[in-house]
Order: sequence, then structure tokens, then C-alpha cells
Amino acid sequence: MNFLQILSAIEKVDPEVYERLDSRRAIFKNMSGVGQKLTAAALPLFVGAVFNKVYAQTPGGLAVNDVLNFALKLEYLEMYFYQQRTALTGLSSVNASALTLIATDEANHVKFLRNTLGSAAINDPTAAAFDFTGGKGNNAGPFIDYRTNPTTYLALAQSFEDTGVRAYKGAAPISSVMADKTVLTAALNIHSVEARHAAHIRGMRRGGAASATPSQAAAVSPYSAAPKGWVSGTDNGGAVPGATNAIYGAGNSSGAGTAANVTYLAEDNVLQGGVTLSTSTSPAFSGFPSAAFSEAFDEGLDVKTVATIANLFTVTGNTTFSVYL
Amino acid sequence: MSENISSGSQPTVADLDRPLYTPIKRRSFFMYAGATAGATALVLAGCSKDDNNSPGMVNVGTGDVGVLNYAYALEQLEADFYTKVRAGSYYTTSATTVEKQILDDLYYHEVIHRDFFRAAITAAGATPIKALETVYPNGTFDTKTNVLNTAKAFEDLGVAAYNGAARYITTAQYLFIAGKIVSVEARHAAVIRDLLSEGSFVGNDIVDIAGNSLEMSKLPSVVVTTANSFLADGSKLNVSGLG
Repeated sequence: MNFLQILSAIEKVDPEVYERLDSRRAIFKNMSGVGQKLTAAALPLFVGAVFNKVYAQTPGGLAVNDVLNFALKLEYLEMYFYQQRTALTGLSSVNASALTLIATDEANHVKFLRNTLGSAAINDPTAAAFDFTGGKGNNAGPFIDYRTNPTTYLALAQSFEDTGVRAYKGAAPISSVMADKTVLTAALNIHSVEARHAAHIRGMRRGGAASATPSQAAAVSPYSAAPKGWVSGTDNGGAVPGATNAIYGAGNSSGAGTAANVTYLAEDNVLQGGVTLSTSTSPAFSGFPSAAFSEAFDEGLDVKTVATIANLFTVTGNTTFSVYL
Repeated sequence: MSENISSGSQPTVADLDRPLYTPIKRRSFFMYAGATAGATALVLAGCSKDDNNSPGMVNVGTGDVGVLNYAYALEQLEADFYTKVRAGSYYTTSATTVEKQILDDLYYHEVIHRDFFRAAITAAGATPIKALETVYPNGTFDTKTNVLNTAKAFEDLGVAAYNGAARYITTAQYLFIAGKIVSVEARHAAVIRDLLSEGSFVGNDIVDIAGNSLEMSKLPSVVVTTANSFLADGSKLNVSGLG
């Protein structure tokens, strides 16, 4: 094995390889220390591990298992949240069935991610990790009646689903995820299911908990209480303006839980791929309502911003999400 | 021949930026070219273009631009559909206020997606495919059932298509944009499905509810068989360059 030859080959596709390696000089110190003890058979594995480290930890990217475990944590949050639906009062049967269906999906996502991660999966944080009232463990936070009051419950459900959509979208272009086509496709196949949930929960909020025909309820501007199925601008701050604004706001575009060359903007963004969208962008857009240009695109969020939102619903001292802050 | 290339795809525009891979593909190419001995010139001619490039089909191309044009084609189909919905007799005579509000938004969003892709592909220095000509079964725009079932088919197909094509995107920004659009398509699909049948926002025809609850994404080769049934001769899509 000619180490320099390998480096030279890598340099052809990644001119910055020496820089990357240089910033991780500790690896080489480590390597020279153990070098004599390594057998010839173990060397390729060791070199592989070095490059895994160098490339997995380059700025702008978490390793793929870190991203999957972050997704798993969000799915646990959702799964335990939907398990709390059983004491709700005043739900129509079609609305109750919808929540059961979503609960099944979230439990399936937990199972799927655990199976994908295998032994690399985090421990189950358990229901005890969460306080969905937002009280950090005192069970008396701003959403205190969420277990029984469907209005509060659905406001939280929309908040979690819309956050989930933004989280998967934001993580997809992280280089370790993009490089693993199986993981990328699976993540997107969860992402779109979360978006379907979000749109449906929004419909339930339009129609009200008791409605037997929620799909026929009209969206009412400014959309906080009777939202469209899609996010319009920043949705006037979301289901509980003041408490849920961050779910529709801008993220961080640098740091560990971001993708390189991607900007995490607020949901009212209308600049897409260098194209500013407005009624003057195309003759076909003439007369379109200005909200349509932000509605047509959802926006992603970085890991840290999502963790900040999710951390509001863990108990004090629990590190499930605080580790990213 | 493409089956023998490790990526399972024709060399793409994006591959030109990845010098390490190019020699490998060239090598396998010449290995096979050599095997045909005297017919080398013929093989070269055959391989310089897509083998399945039937006359009259619209080839979306390869690499990131190919995926963008593929998305542009699907958005053209959706935008055209909702344009015609709003002129059709269901919308103009029998749709409820809420149904109209929803169909209006879907029309805006899909026209925005369509013209966004045309602008973005042009801005990337590439050439967008032509404006496609559509065909629909008789009566498509006349009844609620026909309109909403066709809308459901298009929206569900769009979600499955974006999810299934993401693997061919090599640029993070393009993948991010695809993600921004696909979740809106999924929201559309959920709302349309609920209009058809309350609580059908996910269903086991599109999401593996009995298993992992993952959306059942579709590869471009599968998506085009449906898309092409709504496209006129001369506008049908060839996506063989996407891998």
C-alpha cells in the first residue's frame, strides 16, 4: 500500500486533501504512535478509518449516522407525542383516525431508523425525556392542556410536523447523506410523509377538532388559526404566534449541522437558485398573489436550529437535543 | 453498455468535474469498443448518443441538468393541467369555494415551479427542454371525480418522482431546491387526497404503512410511463440518460 500514491489520487478529486489532513494533524501523531503495532492486514482498515474521520468531519457535514440519529430523536419526539392523543376530547371519528394513522407512521419511522442504524442507534430516550407542555419537566408549560384540548394538541402537532419537514429537508444536502444514496432516498421518503402529515394536520386545524369534513374548511388569512395546507410566508408565526415563530424562521447556515453551500432561510424566502420569484419573473406570474411565491417552496433548517426548537419539549437536564446547541 | 458502468448511468455532464472517475469509464468503454474489432467506428457512433433516443422523443439529458429538465417536464405537465382545470366545467360550474381556493393555489405553485425551472436551467448555462404538448382523456376537466383523481395522480407521481430522482443529483444546492419543492408537492397531494376522501392524506398505495411508513419513490424510468401517457407524440420523455 503506497500511502502517498493514494493521497495523490485523492488530491485529483479533492485539491484540499492536504489542508484537510493538515487540520487533523493529531491523526498522524496518533498514527505514528500505533504504526509499528499494526499488522499489515490491519493497515488498510486503519487508513480507511483515517479518511472516514477526515471526510466525515470536514466543515459542513455530520457523519451519516449522526444525521440518522438526529432524525431518530425527532421521530421519538413525535412518536411519544402522538401516544398522548388518547385523552383528547371532542375529536370527530375521522380526525381521531387520522391521528392514529400518523401515530403509526411515526412509530414505523422510529423502527425503520433503529433498524437502519443497528448498533449505532441511540438509546431510546423514553417518554420521560419529554414534556410536551413546554414546561421542561414541570408539566405546566404554555401548552399545559395539550392532552385533553384538541386545539392545543393540533397546534403542537402542526408545529412538530412542520419542524420535521424542515429538518429532513435541511439534512438531505449534508455531504455524508448525499453520498449514501440509500440513506438519502429513505430520508426523502420520510420527509414527504411528514409533509403529508403537516398538510393534513393543518386541514384539521382549519376545520376544527369536531369536523367530519375537515378538507372542506376554508383557510383564513393570516393563517395562524386556519392555515393553508402549505406554509404561506412565515404563517404569521405559526400555530401559536410568539411561541412557534422559530419554526418558520431562518436557520444557521454554518456550523456542524449544516450542508455546505446551502443557505437556511425563513419560510417567506422567494430567492430560489439565484432566481428571485415575483410577478415580474415570468409573464405567466402576472396577477399572482405575492404569497404564492413563498408557498411554492418550503425551506430547510439546520440541525442546531431544529434542536433548539425540539429542546423546548425535553425535561431539564435531558441532553437529547441540547448536545447540538 | 451502461449496465457495465459502476454508477449504472451514462457519463454525465457532472462527471466532467470528477476526473478520478472519468478514466475508469473510458477504460471500460474502450474495453467493449475493442471487443467489436472492426465495428469500432459504429460503436462509437452508437455510444456518442443515447441508444434509446427514439425520434420525436424529448431527451431530458444527463447529470444535474438532466434531473432539472426532468423536473421541468413534470412541472410543465402539472402547470398545464391546473391551467386547464381552471377553464374546465367542474371548476367553473360546480367546485366549492374551498375547492377553488385550493385549485387556485395549486395552479399558482405549479406555474411558479415550471417557470422557475426554465429560468434556473437557463441561469445554469444549460438549455431547457421545449414546451411540452399534453393530452388528456375526454372529460378530464368536467367532473370533480375526474379532476381530483387526475390531480391526485399527478401530485403523488410528482412526490415519488422527486424522491426517486434525488440520487442522481450531484450538487447540494440543486438537491436542496428539489427538497423545497417535493414537500410542497406532498402537501398538495395530501390536500387533494383529503378532498377525495377524508383522511386519505397517506394511503398504502403511496406509503408503506404496513412496513416502514416510507413514501414509495419511483425511478425516472417508471415515472415516465405514466407521464408519457399525458404527453402528445413529439413531447414524450426519454429519461434514459438519468441512469
